[in-house]
Amino acid sequence: MSLILDTIRLTYPDADHRVVALDDVSLRVGRGEFLAITGPSGSGKSSLLAVAGALVTPESGRVEIAGTLINALSAKARDRLRLDSIGFVFQQTNLLASLTALEQLLLVANLRGSDRVAAHRRAMDLLDRVGLADRAQRRPAQLSGGERQRVSVARALMGEPALLLVDEPTSALDHERGAAIVDLLREVTREQSLATVMVTHDLQHLHLVDRSAAMNDGRLTEPSSAQQRQLVATR
Amino acid sequence: MFIALRDLRFAKGRFGLVGSVIALMTFMVVMLTGLTAGLGAASVSAINALPVDRIAFAQPADGQDVSFTTSTLPPDTGQRLATKPGVTAAHPIGIATGQLRAGANTEAVSMFGTDPDLYPTRESGQPPGPAQVAIGTTLADDAHLKPGDQIELTGQRLTVAAIVDDTSFNHLPVVYTSIDTWQRITRSDTITAVGLRLNGASAASLAAATDLHVLDKDAAFAAVGAYSSEQGSLNLMRGLLIAVSVLIVGSFFTVWTMQRAGDLAVVRAIGGSRGYLLRDALGQATLVLLAGAAAGGAVASAAGIFAAAVVPFQLTAGNVLVPVAAMIGVGLLGAVASVRRVTTVDPLTALGAAR
Repeated sequence: MSLILDTIRLTYPDADHRVVALDDVSLRVGRGEFLAITGPSGSGKSSLLAVAGALVTPESGRVEIAGTLINALSAKARDRLRLDSIGFVFQQTNLLASLTALEQLLLVANLRGSDRVAAHRRAMDLLDRVGLADRAQRRPAQLSGGERQRVSVARALMGEPALLLVDEPTSALDHERGAAIVDLLREVTREQSLATVMVTHDLQHLHLVDRSAAMNDGRLTEPSSAQQRQLVATR
Repeated sequence: MFIALRDLRFAKGRFGLVGSVIALMTFMVVMLTGLTAGLGAASVSAINALPVDRIAFAQPADGQDVSFTTSTLPPDTGQRLATKPGVTAAHPIGIATGQLRAGANTEAVSMFGTDPDLYPTRESGQPPGPAQVAIGTTLADDAHLKPGDQIELTGQRLTVAAIVDDTSFNHLPVVYTSIDTWQRITRSDTITAVGLRLNGASAASLAAATDLHVLDKDAAFAAVGAYSSEQGSLNLMRGLLIAVSVLIVGSFFTVWTMQRAGDLAVVRAIGGSRGYLLRDALGQATLVLLAGAAAGGAVASAAGIFAAAVVPFQLTAGNVLVPVAAMIGVGLLGAVASVRRVTTVDPLTALGAAR
């Protein structure tokens, strides 16, 4: 399993009390599997991504990412784990304004201390894979929303992660472009044998994922396998 | 400095602006440094050039500071001091302001009456004898004088015997003559101070044994007219300029860091360490400071060449490099104080709609 969340509990301070963000959440995602987590705003979707992405340590429960138990890891070790094993696709504006599309990917290689020539070759291959080889020298402001999100996907893949975490990838895109991005995520999940977790409030593209689960008030509800099959068949 | 270099390329205008401000501040600090050194030399270069270890003055009146202007000693003070233990030589020094006239040229000068051993290096002519003087090269050029020419110094006809290296005292060129000639010109039978060469005697022991005020040369600068207040004012201006530079650099990088907090959060989220971001940000600040300070120093060096022709200005490697290094150093302090906040960026803010 690339991601194991086991009975996770996470709370945040809010004035004089604590708000429960994740309540007894358990989840397993294997390689080559594309999971969508849906739910209304404030349901705990982003908190789940934060825990799965080693950005936050839960108060209780076990988090295992690519075979590494992260609960006791130092902040530095969690930085390294994110660099080596996790790819993030954020909402569309999360590209660095001063970097070209190619440089967004090369940044990951620079953080990892990778060989420059090999990194350049891989970055161009990935941009080609997401259909943006001819936009390599453009900055985010010179790209459309869909193109920016494709660059974001390519950047997430640059570090050859085991786990891909995707945060509301279609929130600023129209239906057609949103579907294209989710389709791309589905394809790269298969091609690179990733475990992909996509958080979304957009239910229109769920037919493209392998599994879906719903968050509500910090609790994760995952339909049974039989229900999942039925859901997919009725879409 | 992967991000730093690309930010510099991307935000040329902003970095160009702050670089220009740093260049301007460096220019002003270097110019003030050259001016401070130039004015300092114009005040005390004659004292600095004296080949003595200490200078003995008359004790100042209560509540007064020791001063070349008010110090008056008996003419035999030099001989008296020469007999003290640890004193290898004692040279009487008389200092007064006078007027030199040579043909149609009239110049205000400082008259130094002392032994030829204390004169600056001779460029031409012979050591002055009775009723003879040595003058500096600039004065000689300005008044079209050469050895053998006649001058009138405060009403006394004298002969230029030698041209020596330029020195000045209290912003006036110095004319050197013997103590006897000096006393005749000033109609005085006293001297101003005594220059001492020592071999182990301390200023304190000499002062105790003689009831004189004995200072080393650097301390004696303060006894020259308005030297201390002049230097103090200029140094205060330099200090304020450097302090303002720290604030400017600190403010710029504080705003810059806040503006790109979102980008920094993304880099942290994808695995960039705090150290990586800090190195990147400090590298960027160093490049901006180096470029700005180097440009300011270069322009000030060029301007200093012209300034030296019209005002007391000393253009030396030290007067350029030290202020440039100081600007870079204190600028980095300002940058460190502001960019260290990159280490507190929360990667969690890269998630959700927080940006």
